[in-house]
Amino acid sequence: MHAPAEQRSEIELELNGETRHGRTEPRTQLCDFLRHDLGATGVHVGCEHGVCGACTVLVDGVASRSCLMLAVQADGRRIDTVESLARDDVMNDLQQAFSRHHALQCGFCTSGILMSCVEFLQRVPTPDEAQVRDMLSGHLCRCTGYTGIVRAVLEVAGQRQSGESQQNASENPNDV
Amino acid sequence: MKAASFDYVRASSKKEVLQLLHEHGEDARILAGGQSLMATLNMRLTQPKVVIDINRVEELNRIRNESGYLAVGAAVRQVQLTDRAELAREVPLLAKALPWIGHFQTRNRGTVCGSVAHADPSAEIPLCLVTLGGSVVLESLKGKRREVPAAEFFQGLLTTDRQPKELISEVRFPLAQDGTDYRFQEIAMRHGDFALVALALCLRADGAHLGVGGVADRPVAQTLPLGDELPAALNTLAWSLGAQDDVHASAAYRRQLVRELGQRLIEEPSHARPR
Ligand SMILES: Cc1cc2nc3c(=O)[nH]c(=O)nc-3n(C[C@@H](O)[C@H](O)[C@H](O)COP(=O)(O)OP(=O)(O)OC[C@H]3O[C@@H](n4cnc5c(N)ncnc54)[C@H](O)[C@@H]3O)c2cc1C
Ligand code: FES
Ligand code: FES
Repeated sequence: MHAPAEQRSEIELELNGETRHGRTEPRTQLCDFLRHDLGATGVHVGCEHGVCGACTVLVDGVASRSCLMLAVQADGRRIDTVESLARDDVMNDLQQAFSRHHALQCGFCTSGILMSCVEFLQRVPTPDEAQVRDMLSGHLCRCTGYTGIVRAVLEVAGQRQSGESQQNASENPNDV
Repeated sequence: MKAASFDYVRASSKKEVLQLLHEHGEDARILAGGQSLMATLNMRLTQPKVVIDINRVEELNRIRNESGYLAVGAAVRQVQLTDRAELAREVPLLAKALPWIGHFQTRNRGTVCGSVAHADPSAEIPLCLVTLGGSVVLESLKGKRREVPAAEFFQGLLTTDRQPKELISEVRFPLAQDGTDYRFQEIAMRHGDFALVALALCLRADGAHLGVGGVADRPVAQTLPLGDELPAALNTLAWSLGAQDDVHASAAYRRQLVRELGQRLIEEPSHARPR
């Protein structure tokens, strides 16, 4: 692929399970393309140089900072954002646990952290606290002090191991 | 901040990469993991005319265990090495150093060769490469393929022996040797931050080969005597590195870390180490 400067080239990607098309300049960061062109405003942009983790999405299932990728690099790839987590307006087990444990206040960092957690819990299904904190070192949260986040992640890991998560996901999220 | 405009080429073969580098030289930048390049583009610290993406060049995405060394190709990500079960046997020093590099989210995309090309003085991979006596393989369209010893490759802050038309096609880490204990330790402001001081060690019965990162303008390795002579040798090494004050730490603190952490790393029994 050769995408000339200042011209918008056509790209195609799978966003949250749907095939999407768009036109983008080579210099456009993936985070901006997802927000402005595809409407995935759950992708948050904090620092734009890889430090804060707010923009984390899954690229072919792998947690990646979308401010450190060009939109053209996502051509032909599968991208999942925080919008992929809830089903039929019901938050998933992780989101519910974040709510229960006050793992967010302003929520700016949350969508990125959730996406890291998705891959992390697949790789490390039974983490200890040190492993969760190591995973969180890639994210900055200015509000919570991280304690609630650690609790939420550990709780979900435990629930998924004991198979409780199915039941939990069908709870009314407004009850929590 | 947003990057200035550039042409983007997604290369599909090594030949194409070399051709583009030949054509554009200084005006081109290789895009590997993007974990350092993208920030400098976004901040407009670099404004290349052409960005050459090597992420989909299959022939550069190879890890080979050759006689004597492990060759890691230009598109191999750091996570591919952390996921490689044999690495702890093949290159134990690297296996111990990898978890210290940034965060799992940055290791998911950052490449091994990209870290070598970037040549940050506190980066862990260049430090391991220098301490183990590894090498860097450089290729260009017209020139000869060169294999440069790591100690000569790193020339200073973000400065290497790579010429503008050259691609780092692979780096070579010597395989573990019998009778050597490999150790790694570092101090950073927070885990995942760049090291204030990073130490890589090959410990043998007759001496300690110690590499220091984060202090001089490039990684430096030296063989030190064991026993009574060690503290004086560490002190000499610490002073030889030209430590500088910066916002994170004073030069004196960095020298003290080299002495204190060096002594501990060398003398601690092999079972007592974290990580
Ligand atoms: C939050 C954060 C924390 C980090 N912490 C650390 C840390 O603790 N330790 C550490 O060592 N690193 C750290 N890094 C940087 C590390 O993640 C990068 O992976 C690495 O420095 C560069 O590798 P890359 O593949 O991303 O290269 P890129 O960013 O793609 O490229 C870096 C430079 O090298 C050139 N280049 C890349 N590959 C080649 C090649 N094959 N031939 C010729 N030139 C090439 C590029 O043109 C560019 O100039 C951190 C990064 C972030 C975002
Ligand atoms: S916006 Fe991408 S890491 Fe901060
Ligand atoms: S909840 Fe506000 S930054 Fe994390």
